[in-house]
Amino acid sequence: MTYIAKPKLHHPALAPNGLGYLRRDYEGSVSTLCAGCGHDSISAAIIQAAYELDLPPHRVAKLSGIGCSSKTPDYFLGNSHGFNTVHGRMPSVLTGANLANRELIYLGVSGDGDSASIGLGQFAHAIRRGVNMTYIVENNGVYGLTKGQFSATSDRGSKSKKGVVNHDAAIDMVSLALQLGASFVARSFSGDKAQLVPLIKAALRHPGPAFIDTLSPCVQFNNHAGSTKSYDYVREHNEAVNRLDVIADRKPIEVDYEPGTTVSVTQHDGSVLSLHKLADHYDPTDRIAAMAYLAQRQAAGEIVTGLLYVDPEPGDLHGALGTTDRPLNSLSDAELVPGQAALDRINAGLR
Amino acid sequence: MQPTRTEGPDYYHKVVDCQWACPAHTPVPEYIRLIADGRYDDAYMINWKSNVFPGVLGRTCDRPCEPACRRGRVEEEPVAICRLKRVAADNKTDVGPLMPPVAAKRNGKRVALVGAGPASLTVARDLAPLGYELVLFDGEPRSGGMIRSQIPRFRLPEEVIDEEVGYVTRLGGVELRLGHRIESLKGLLSEGFDAVFVGSGAPRGRDLDIPGRKEAAANVHVGIDWLSSVSFGHIEKIGRRVIVLGGGNTAMDCCRTSRRLGGQEVKVVVRSGFEEMKASPWEKEDAIHEDIPILNYRVPKAFTHENGRLTGVTFEIVRAEFDDKGRRNLVPSGEPDEHHECDDVLVAVGQENAFPWIERDIGLDFDRWDMPEVNPVTFESTRKGVFFGGDAAFGPKNIIWAVAHGHDAAVSIHRHCMGGDVHDRPPPGFSLVSQKMGIHEWSYDNDISLELRHRVPMLDKAEALKNVRVEVELGFDSRLGFAEAQRCLNCDVQTVFADNLCIECDACVDICPVDCITFTDDGEEADLRGRLKAPALNLDQDLLVSGALATGRVMVKDEDVCLHCGLCAERCPTGAWDMQRFTLEMTHADQMGGAA
Repeated sequence: MTYIAKPKLHHPALAPNGLGYLRRDYEGSVSTLCAGCGHDSISAAIIQAAYELDLPPHRVAKLSGIGCSSKTPDYFLGNSHGFNTVHGRMPSVLTGANLANRELIYLGVSGDGDSASIGLGQFAHAIRRGVNMTYIVENNGVYGLTKGQFSATSDRGSKSKKGVVNHDAAIDMVSLALQLGASFVARSFSGDKAQLVPLIKAALRHPGPAFIDTLSPCVQFNNHAGSTKSYDYVREHNEAVNRLDVIADRKPIEVDYEPGTTVSVTQHDGSVLSLHKLADHYDPTDRIAAMAYLAQRQAAGEIVTGLLYVDPEPGDLHGALGTTDRPLNSLSDAELVPGQAALDRINAGLR
Repeated sequence: MQPTRTEGPDYYHKVVDCQWACPAHTPVPEYIRLIADGRYDDAYMINWKSNVFPGVLGRTCDRPCEPACRRGRVEEEPVAICRLKRVAADNKTDVGPLMPPVAAKRNGKRVALVGAGPASLTVARDLAPLGYELVLFDGEPRSGGMIRSQIPRFRLPEEVIDEEVGYVTRLGGVELRLGHRIESLKGLLSEGFDAVFVGSGAPRGRDLDIPGRKEAAANVHVGIDWLSSVSFGHIEKIGRRVIVLGGGNTAMDCCRTSRRLGGQEVKVVVRSGFEEMKASPWEKEDAIHEDIPILNYRVPKAFTHENGRLTGVTFEIVRAEFDDKGRRNLVPSGEPDEHHECDDVLVAVGQENAFPWIERDIGLDFDRWDMPEVNPVTFESTRKGVFFGGDAAFGPKNIIWAVAHGHDAAVSIHRHCMGGDVHDRPPPGFSLVSQKMGIHEWSYDNDISLELRHRVPMLDKAEALKNVRVEVELGFDSRLGFAEAQRCLNCDVQTVFADNLCIECDACVDICPVDCITFTDDGEEADLRGRLKAPALNLDQDLLVSGALATGRVMVKDEDVCLHCGLCAERCPTGAWDMQRFTLEMTHADQMGGAA
């Protein structure tokens, strides 16, 4: 780990965002992960996205489980709310927090162990319930903290650092998320911030369950020849289906691509996702086609990245449950204890 | 663009902005680290080797290093480099034993040095350890040249001059002939010296030939002559109301000296605008602090006088106009002339060279400005064996330039005396040494202080104005010196990049506190500068560009505001980044050995 404190001095040209904060104000403490860890780049991308979106840090809640990835919330958004939960239990704690206070922006950060092994059930249910959140899996395909065993997302046939071949099938989190009804599904790579930052921005503004599977090489235990999650392998097999620009409310859209190659998706809050198509005929609003395309390209050995699916009219858990539209902590006693008359009415309705 | 060529000494030298800007290329960060470490003797000796007069320069240097200092680009003000030099000089113990030993035997060569100022003393310093016999001539009764005659004692105490001149004269083989003005170069040449060095300065103060000058002569003084008379104790007071004409550092010395010799209403009047004045900003500040107003855009028209006595000065009020080439012209503003009453005037409107003692028929050519033709590299004149340096070579500059000239001239003199070619000059040596001590351990303190520049404590104003010989600046004590030293960014500890080790993981990009690293597609420099993580708009600062990496992209680092914190190297998983200390070994005659 690094002992040098990151100097507070910054580039003189660094501009404040709409809230008057510099990008540096969205940082956390210095990372204690291994040098070169892909997770640090994801932290940097989250910082960049929050800065560009003018997010008020105190309106963000970041939740995580256990693992290298789940340590990272300490390294970004140092002025936001945070909760390190039990291993694999981040989704249920996030769900509870979201039900209690629907006004915060929820960011779940997890890893392939936390979400695809011990927490697979939690992951599945949070997604299928439609919790309004951004769920980022920092996927390195290896158990780094315990020195390099295969994880549940390691590809069959890939090799460990010691040369052992993995014989188990891999769980594909993106396919799962699509199947379970996530209304925003993307895959990206820690080494490609030009792609990752807009995806995180779009996910943070998406009013439903948004899932981003981010390949994030483990330099220490999974960056060798034979790995399918190394910097070199991911770069070689990366097939981006589109490039995304997130255009905030009512700002003019600057189109710098050939006409006909761009699809725009307007979200509920007025923001526009402008998608530049890289793969012909790829329609990111067609869930079934997305699943088929993914399966096809995966069989061909490609890693498909980009915004794979977005539902322009997503619903969320609060809508389904018909909950109060205010945070619970803002409800007064009068609202919370409606009195004998109200109770009598309810009882009468059940007779 | 082409990958950056970092092979020679220049690329990394230029990154050390202060050292690059210093005419003598003093290794500033190195001595600042030693000061922080309390190793004042070592810090002093590093300075002494580069600039010969650390105690003098630590009080009076023009500090070209400070405007260049990188710290000034990342926060408000540069490191107080100059005053830290003084900390080393003030706190050192006896450095006598650290001085070069007297040469075991003389080499039989005799060199005459005309003028005993900073340039000649530097030549003597470099040549004495080699066994030369050096004879310094000076018309004044004391050595030091302008250091002693023109710089007032309240800025530079006598003891500091004596001490540092003494270190040179004690090197052996140095003879001082003071009060011995050279009246004829031809005569000097006939005395059989192997070489002659002219370091006689720019001794003539420019006068102001306007109406009334003759009539009011008794109370109109030429600045540098007057300062010299004060320094040598010939003048001890001045009138109550004093006007100083001119906007350079001499003018600042004149006005502040006047305040100490009885001048109560002292003002500086300058032709140009306040901002364009030649005086260093801190000298103007010090003058203003001593209640001396500076009036600008006023051109002196006439001295007024009554019964042979000066009564004041009339000024025309002008304003600046710029032509299409950006040249400034001062044009009359149309406002009525101003008359300022005064008892004395000090004229500090510039200095000139004067070589009435050099015959024009000895093969030493003069140019159309009546300046000797001097080679800017070898400092040799058109007559073999006669060298120039300091203000005598290219007109008035300052002490640190005189020192730099002296070092270069000494190399030439040594070559000349040993029968070599003065153009054959060894390039400076340099080395780059990794500062990595172990995992997460570096041999320099990279935890950067966030403190703003510390002010140098001053003597109470009322006390300071009482005596022209009491030093007004108290200097940093060791505690303040340490705090100021911690502001240095260690720019000599370089970020060195190895293309072949990089795996393009972005760790350095993510951690860099000042966004100076970018991995991007290659392009021409102008294009690259515009699309870095933070645009590289300071064209004086280089880009470090790698060769093509595995993805075909290049690594581009903008040197401009790099903090040299080492976090890129710290977070690099493969050691592609390393922090390496750059050391420059300037070519000085005393390091060249005895032979040509």
